[in-house]
Amino acid sequence: MSILLYVISYFSLLVFIVACAVRALSYARAPIHLRWELYPVPHEAPHRVGHGGSYYEEPEWWTKSSPRNLLGELKSMGAEILFLKALWEFNRKLWYRSFPFHFGLYILIFAVFLILLCGLISFISPGFMQGSLAAGLQFVFRAAGGGGLALSIWGALGLLQLRLTDSRMKIYTTPGDIFNLLFFIAAFGTLSAGFLLGTGPSTGILAFTRGLLSFDTSFETTGLLAAGLVLTGLLVAYIPLTHMSHFIAKYFTYHNIRWDDAANRRGGRIEVKLAECLAYRPTWSAAHIGADGKKTWADIAASSPARGPKK
Amino acid sequence: MRKDIHLKDLSRKQKEPLLHLEKKDLMPLPYPLEDPDDGPPFAELKEQIREKYECGLDDTCAVSIPKPATKEEEDALVAKFLSGLEKLFTKENNWTFLQPLLLSMEHCAKCQTCSEACHIYEASGKNELYRPTFRSELMRRLYFKHVKKGGLLSAWQHGDIEINWPLVARLIELSYRCNLCRRCAQTCPIGADNGLVAHELRKIFSQEMGIAAKELHDSGSMLQLQVGSSTGMNAVVVKDNIEFIDEDMEEKTGMKVQTPWDVEGAEVLLIHNAGEILAWPENPGAFAVILNAAGIKWTLSSEVAGYDSINYGVWYDDAQFARVAVKHAEAAKKLGVKKIVLGECGHAHKALTVIADRVLTGDLNIPRESSMTLLRDIVMSGRLKLDPGRNDFPVTLHDPCNMVRLMGIVEPQREVIRKICPRFREMTPHGVDNYCCGGGSGFAIMSGNNFPDWRFQVAGRKKLEQILHAFGDCMDPSIPKYLCAPCSNCKGQLRDLLAYYEMWDKHKILYGGLVELIVNAMEDAKPGFIEWEWH
Repeated sequence: MSILLYVISYFSLLVFIVACAVRALSYARAPIHLRWELYPVPHEAPHRVGHGGSYYEEPEWWTKSSPRNLLGELKSMGAEILFLKALWEFNRKLWYRSFPFHFGLYILIFAVFLILLCGLISFISPGFMQGSLAAGLQFVFRAAGGGGLALSIWGALGLLQLRLTDSRMKIYTTPGDIFNLLFFIAAFGTLSAGFLLGTGPSTGILAFTRGLLSFDTSFETTGLLAAGLVLTGLLVAYIPLTHMSHFIAKYFTYHNIRWDDAANRRGGRIEVKLAECLAYRPTWSAAHIGADGKKTWADIAASSPARGPKK
Repeated sequence: MRKDIHLKDLSRKQKEPLLHLEKKDLMPLPYPLEDPDDGPPFAELKEQIREKYECGLDDTCAVSIPKPATKEEEDALVAKFLSGLEKLFTKENNWTFLQPLLLSMEHCAKCQTCSEACHIYEASGKNELYRPTFRSELMRRLYFKHVKKGGLLSAWQHGDIEINWPLVARLIELSYRCNLCRRCAQTCPIGADNGLVAHELRKIFSQEMGIAAKELHDSGSMLQLQVGSSTGMNAVVVKDNIEFIDEDMEEKTGMKVQTPWDVEGAEVLLIHNAGEILAWPENPGAFAVILNAAGIKWTLSSEVAGYDSINYGVWYDDAQFARVAVKHAEAAKKLGVKKIVLGECGHAHKALTVIADRVLTGDLNIPRESSMTLLRDIVMSGRLKLDPGRNDFPVTLHDPCNMVRLMGIVEPQREVIRKICPRFREMTPHGVDNYCCGGGSGFAIMSGNNFPDWRFQVAGRKKLEQILHAFGDCMDPSIPKYLCAPCSNCKGQLRDLLAYYEMWDKHKILYGGLVELIVNAMEDAKPGFIEWEWH
C-alpha cells in the first residue's frame, strides 16, 4: 500500500511539473506578437496609473525614459492573485464561490509545504517532532490543511451549483467542466474524511510525508486517507492537462499581452525578434494577400495588393 | 425575441434567421426615449436580399455573402474555412496574434464575467446570440476539434460542434456583431479576449476565403492603397479641397490660414482621417488655424496614403494593415519629418502608434504622437489666447476606445476641455471604462441593407443612453449642447445616431471634435467658429 501511495505521489508530482513546464514553454516560445495592451497598465508611472494613462500622454514620449512602476504592478498582481479582484469587481456572485475555492487551495499549498518541511526535518532529526515547536507546527498544519480543504470544497460545491443552475453558464458548461469540479470535491472530500476519521490525522500525514521522503515501507494508514491521497495525487496530475492551468496562462495574458507596452526601439531586442517574424513565409490563400509560400511578411507588407475576386 | 439560442443552432439549416429583434426587448432608454416605440422602426430585410445573400443569423446582414449555388460550393467554402482555421494557429501565418489567440482559446473558464461589460449584449436585452463568449465558444470548439484534432475525449472536455456551411456563414456575420472595443477583455479575470477572437475570425474570412465587408476592403483598404485614400481622393483632389478649406477658415476666423504641403524636414507630419476633409472640413481647418497660431513647423503629405490616416486592415486583415502602415511611414520618411502626429481618429492612432510598432522597423520606425498631447501642450503653454466664455454651453466628452482603453491617452483631451469649457460634464462611466459609440471596428462606415438600424438600435444604444444621461439636466432645446468626440469614426457613428433619434432637431445636441472647441475659444479668431448647424 505504502509503495503504491509513494509511486502515485511522485508520479503525480512529475506529471504536474512536466505538464506545467510544457504548457508554459509552448506559450513562451510563441513568436513576439503585435502589441495588444489594455489600459490601465499598472506598471505605468504612478501619476498616470490612477486614470489608466500611458506614456503616450507625454509629449515626445520617445525622448523620455519611462521607469517601470514595479510597486504598482506588484500591488495589482497581489490583489488579483490573492483576492481575485477582477471577479470581485465584475462578477460578485461568482466571487463568493470562486474566492473560497482558490483561497482554500492557497492555504492547502501552504499546508503541503509546511508538512513537507516538517517531514524533511524529522527525517534528518527524528526527535524534532516531539517538542512544543512541533506541537505548534502541527496545530498550524491542522488548521491550514483542514481550513483549506473546507474552503475549497465549499467553493467547489458553490461553483458546481452555479454551473448547473445559472442560465448564463449552463449552455457553455461541458461534461468535462462538471467532472473537474466533482473531481475536486471527491478528492478533497475523501482526504478530509481521512483526516477526520483517522486515528491521528496529522501524525498520519506526517508519517506519510516522512515515508515519502525516505521510502519507508513500514508506513500504514487508513483506507480512507489512502484513497484521499491517491485521488488528490491524480487531481494534481490532471490539472495542468486542462484549462484549469490558468495559473500559467494568467502570467502570459497579463504580462505578455495586457500589460506589454514595450516600445520597439531602433536596434533594440524587439526589432531583432521582429526581423525573424517578418521573414516568415505565409500561405494565406486570398488573392489580395499575394502569398505564394515564397514571399515573406516583409515582402507582402511592402507590396501592393493583387486585385482578386472578392465574394 | 428568441433568447434560448444554443451553440448548436448555428449549424441549423433553415431559411429564417435565428434571431428576430423586437424593440420592446431592447435595453430601455431614458428620457426622452422611454417609450420602446420611440425612434424609427427596424426595417425588414428585402426578400430579394434574403434570397441572394446569407442572412441566417439575425434581422440584418452586414457582409452580404452570396449564397452558394450548389452543395459542392458549400463544401468547398467549409474546406477553405477549415484550412484558414489551421493557418491561424501557425506562426508562419499568424505570428502577429498567435500567442494571445492560443491563450484565449485554451483558458476561458466560461464564467461569463465579460458579458455584463458588453454594450451590444446589454443593449440587445441580453440576447444569448450577442453574448461575447458565444462566438468565442464556437471558435474554441472548432479549434479543439479541427486544429487540435480532438476526439471524443476532447469533445467531452471542451464541447462539440458540427461544422457545415450554415455555421460558417453565420460565423461570418457574427464576427461583424462585435465592435472590437475589448471592454469585455478588460474584465476577464484570466485575460481571455473575446474581441480578439472576433478579430481573428474576420482574418480567416478575409485572408483565406477572400470575404470581408466591402466597405472595409474594396472601398476601404484596397482603394486607399491604390488611390491614396478610401475617400477616393487622389493627391490633386485632396490639395484642392484643402485649399478650399483654408479659404473658408480665413473667412470664418479672420486669420491667415495656409496649409503647408510636403515640407521636407518639418517638425510634424500631420495625418488626418481624410473623411474629415469631406465630411467635417472645419476639423482639418481648425488644426491648421491652431498649428499656425502656435508656430509649429508642420506639413501634410501628398504621398499615397500619406494624407489619409485610416487603416481599416486593423479590423480584419493583417496584410492590408501592414501595407497601409508601411505607406504612412514611407510618407514620413520621404519628407524626413521629426515625427508623425495623428489627427482626430482613434483607430488610426492605435493602428499606427501601437500595433504598427511591431511592424515598422529600422528607418521606418519614425516617432508617432497623438494630436491630443500636442494640442494639450499648445493650449496649456499659453501660446494661444483663449476665452472659455466663448464655450459657455454644456459639453461632454466621448472617449474613443482605440485612443483611451487601448492606448491610454485619457487626460490630455480632458485638460484641454477643462481649461476652455466651463460647463464640461463627464459621461458615466468614462476614460478607460468608457462604452464604444457603436461604430467601432468599421461599423460606422458600414451601411449596407438595414445594418444601420442594427447599428443605432443595438450597437449605439448604450452610448446614446450615456449621452442622454450626461445632458439630462439640460435637454431643453433652447440650450445648445456639444458632444465632443475626437475621432472621425466615432463622429460618423454619433452623427448618424443623433440624427436617427432626432436629437439635434428636438434637443439641440450637436457633435464635433476637440479642435473646433479650441478655435471657438481663440480670442484672435472671430467669434462663432462653431456654427450650431446640423452637419
